[in-house]
Amino acid sequence: MRRTFSMGGVHPHDCKISADSAIETFPLPQRMYISMSQHLGAPAKPLVQKGDKVRTGQLIGASAGFISANIHSSVSGTVAAVEPYTDLAGNPVMHVIIDVEGDEWEESIDRTPDIVRDITLSPAEIIKRIADCGVVGLGGASFPTHVKLSPPPGKKAEFLIINGAECEPYLTSDYRLMIEHAEEVLLGARIMMKALGVVEGYIGIEDNKPEAIKKMRELTASSYPEIKVVSLRKKYPQGGEKQLIDAVTGRRVPSMGLPIDAGVVVQNVGTSFAVYEAVQKNKPLFEGVMTVTGECLDSQHNFLLRVGTPFEKILEAVGGVPQKTAKIISGGPMMGKAVANLSAASVKSTSSLLLLTEKQTKRMEESECIRCGKCVQACPMGLEPYLLNKLARAGRMEDLEHNKVYDCIECGCCMFTCPAYIPLLDYIRTAKADVMRIMRSRPKK
Amino acid sequence: MRKLIVSPAPHVHGDESTRMIMKDVLIALAPSMLVAVYFYGLSAIKLLLVGVIACMGVEFLIQKYLMRTKVTVTDLSAAVTGVLLALNLPPTAPWWVIVIGAVVAIGVAKMTFGGLGHNIFNPALVGRVFLLISFPVIMTDWTVPASWFRPGVDAVTGATPLALVKEGLAQGMTVDQIISANPDLTYGQMLFARAGGSAGEASALAIILGFIYLLVRRVIRPHIPVTIILTVAVMTGIFWLIDPSQYTDPLFNILTGGVLLGSVFMATDYVTSPMAVKGMVIYGIGIGVLTVLIRYFGSYPEGVSFAILIMNSIVPLLNKYIKPARFGKEVSHA
Amino acid sequence: MGTTFIFTVITLSVLGLLLAVVLFLVAKKFNVEEDPLIDVVEATMPGANCGGCGFAGCRAFAEACVKSRSLDGKFCPVGGNAVMQKVAAAMGVQAEEKAPMVAVVRCNGTCQNRVRVNEYDGSVSCRIISSLYAGDTGCRFGCLGGGDCERACPFGAIKVNPETLIPEVDEEKCTACGACVRACPKGVIELRNKGPKNRRVYVSCMSQDKGAVARKACSAACIGCRKCEKVCPFGAITVENNLAYIDFNKCKLCRKCVAECPTGAIHAVNFPPKPAAAPAEEPKTDKQ
Repeated sequence: MRRTFSMGGVHPHDCKISADSAIETFPLPQRMYISMSQHLGAPAKPLVQKGDKVRTGQLIGASAGFISANIHSSVSGTVAAVEPYTDLAGNPVMHVIIDVEGDEWEESIDRTPDIVRDITLSPAEIIKRIADCGVVGLGGASFPTHVKLSPPPGKKAEFLIINGAECEPYLTSDYRLMIEHAEEVLLGARIMMKALGVVEGYIGIEDNKPEAIKKMRELTASSYPEIKVVSLRKKYPQGGEKQLIDAVTGRRVPSMGLPIDAGVVVQNVGTSFAVYEAVQKNKPLFEGVMTVTGECLDSQHNFLLRVGTPFEKILEAVGGVPQKTAKIISGGPMMGKAVANLSAASVKSTSSLLLLTEKQTKRMEESECIRCGKCVQACPMGLEPYLLNKLARAGRMEDLEHNKVYDCIECGCCMFTCPAYIPLLDYIRTAKADVMRIMRSRPKK
Repeated sequence: MRKLIVSPAPHVHGDESTRMIMKDVLIALAPSMLVAVYFYGLSAIKLLLVGVIACMGVEFLIQKYLMRTKVTVTDLSAAVTGVLLALNLPPTAPWWVIVIGAVVAIGVAKMTFGGLGHNIFNPALVGRVFLLISFPVIMTDWTVPASWFRPGVDAVTGATPLALVKEGLAQGMTVDQIISANPDLTYGQMLFARAGGSAGEASALAIILGFIYLLVRRVIRPHIPVTIILTVAVMTGIFWLIDPSQYTDPLFNILTGGVLLGSVFMATDYVTSPMAVKGMVIYGIGIGVLTVLIRYFGSYPEGVSFAILIMNSIVPLLNKYIKPARFGKEVSHA
Repeated sequence: MGTTFIFTVITLSVLGLLLAVVLFLVAKKFNVEEDPLIDVVEATMPGANCGGCGFAGCRAFAEACVKSRSLDGKFCPVGGNAVMQKVAAAMGVQAEEKAPMVAVVRCNGTCQNRVRVNEYDGSVSCRIISSLYAGDTGCRFGCLGGGDCERACPFGAIKVNPETLIPEVDEEKCTACGACVRACPKGVIELRNKGPKNRRVYVSCMSQDKGAVARKACSAACIGCRKCEKVCPFGAITVENNLAYIDFNKCKLCRKCVAECPTGAIHAVNFPPKPAAAPAEEPKTDKQ
């Protein structure tokens, strides 16, 4: 019996058409737009002013609070402006805009290609280095990694799980990392295990990536015996933290709980690679692998891309936006964000630009619910999306809370599977936000 | 470049649609329809055609001229109701009876409640039960009409096995005597094909083929049919063990009458069955128990239709109180 | 036959009597003592339960009035002064007069004025659109056209015009309950003084973008040029964050600002039409 998570899930078409494109280094554009809010939590405070000279890897935005992260310049050059610039949703966000001049790196960064295997830093130093280098979770939520590696008092991690599921269709950036930088990913895991003080690690990979599984198995067998490779039966949303923990360890994170409540910390493959680079190479997180894909494109790419590259430039480099393109998504087709503004720039966690045609993405007209229960069957959290949708449209907050809308992970399985094309998640998502706000505003007992 | 589309995630949709599901149900019903045509020839074709056309027509007329809403006949749900209604009628049923059944099924049981997705009771069954109560003679006339596939046989009566047993028992015969008096009551005949009964009941195998197709296509889950059949087996098994001379054995009970047709195609109707697995099991057990009770202690020889309709009525309650298993234990609200 | 009949009658009578006693006892036990004045006050209310007063419904409003024994800060926008007089009379206190209000949509970003820069394909709800992104036009402050106000209005007084995609208020039906104001995630709707003969002057724009940006996104945008501020003889207009606002308590409806506004962002409604000799660039007025 191949392992997977225990309830719900759907099987979207794989579409990993960029899987065989090796990682290419993306050329530097003339102007970079580096957002000060690339992570969950408070936006970073800009440390530079117009006219300042910056070097690649220089700290330009300081973490503003416990849940926040440092931001480093991804290029060297002159600061053209520090001002609000529209993000992909069309809303203004504080950006540092830099005119690129050459590519001079901070001298503290180790730019040699050698793999550094000895972990010399202590756990506290590791966590400090990760925080200094501005590493955030690259799986989607952009949660600051150093916070995740510092469990709250009274809670102890027992395992580290590296998330190599990459369950979203189309995305291949984690896959390329696992193939091309397998050892660095494992070293990153080893570093985080040291920081957490755990001795058992897992890396969960879906079985549609047999090469990655093979490569990882070889490496762990020879030199990383503390990390076990778990092959997972392909099912979406395997990469959801709660689902991955369930699939790999059989433990279930309690309702409203965090992975640490089940004694587990989950980190993405990309994050693990960034941790390795931060701790062993002293390289802040200012570049990452990004998939640029879509059936309508002539060529599929996985780019090593600096943070702050405008989407327009990326699309120009792949030959422009094809006429057929109807929607451009930053991220995967299940949970990614539709891009409304192509002049917006990439951030640390931008894992992909996906171009879809109208046929692939246009919503069909909604019809009556036939009460087939497929949404209930598909929900990986055991909720009743059909009911939540109705309650949400009627604004019945108490009933929504009673039916655990707050457990929704917004994976989109319900809407994906609904034969009546009901936009279930649209309403559930806003209702969840409302209910969570009401619950937070209540006096704590 | 065209204007970009922006919408909330997810940005792709699965391959399923209401129409596809209904088409799958029709495909699953195809073996039973073919068997009916083989046995009853022109009568079966007439039955099916009139059923489908009447149901779709009634839905069209009501949506277009009475409710003045969008006409959704093309989702094929009315066609499914039409086929199911036809397969639940005696092959000799006259066309006007089918039309009345369609009017009741679609007009009363479905559209009155607001159309697809809102009805409480299975439309085809409401139509059938209405006809059974209104026209008992027509509805229990099990004459087997001539078919050009079975040359030489002409208009024989083919009472249903359940009715034969019930009559026989009422005359003071034992089960063994009844079965030996009716040489065509073999398991093989009941499984593969036996003329008599409703148009869709002739072959258990055809229904099972449809069931497998529905499972493979993931249109339905096995819980409801399996629990119904198991419950019927257990209930009848208990009676049979107590007194085999008065009660038929479980296999006989499963293969005869509408248990298979009802449990696979009627009880699993999305709109009128529960959403959660636990609810499905309770619903299935309820149908099984009621079916056996009606068969043994009611005045009708068959009770599947009534059992499903009765359990339909408690589905909203099941949906309200029986919740699916949630992921993760509840902890105190932080 | 006879005994059955008698027996039935007796059983049912006894049963009825017993149940009546039970009902009586239960009613006694669970009886809630309430000030009868609440009922009196509630009877004077319009009964729309719209929540426009800030309470959960008409009964909650009546309870609050009776419990606090005063009408300070309480006003039923639906019933207006007439109902508040009745409430005051029932409670034996004085009610203060309030000027009648009406909901005003402060956006004129019609399909003509505002170019659509992308195509929204999700559920039609302003809440959902605004939590997703800035909207399908270049202006992130304006009306999203999703009709949340229309759905929130208990009186059917506000409707999205399918041609302009901007809601329009039926001032006959509008009771200024504020439901639409609360429903609008962009804060485009404001309750303003109804004004003498329903005449009002207001800035029909919410854009805080700089002039050039606002103008590019919408031809009817307020560009924050301050011409109106300078021309106003009563100091009723202030420009903040590139956006003009007319204080309706100070405005004397002279309409100098209307003539001055270069983009026609200032609307004057329900004024009699100007004589034909008026300047060619006549300010827009939206007759409702």
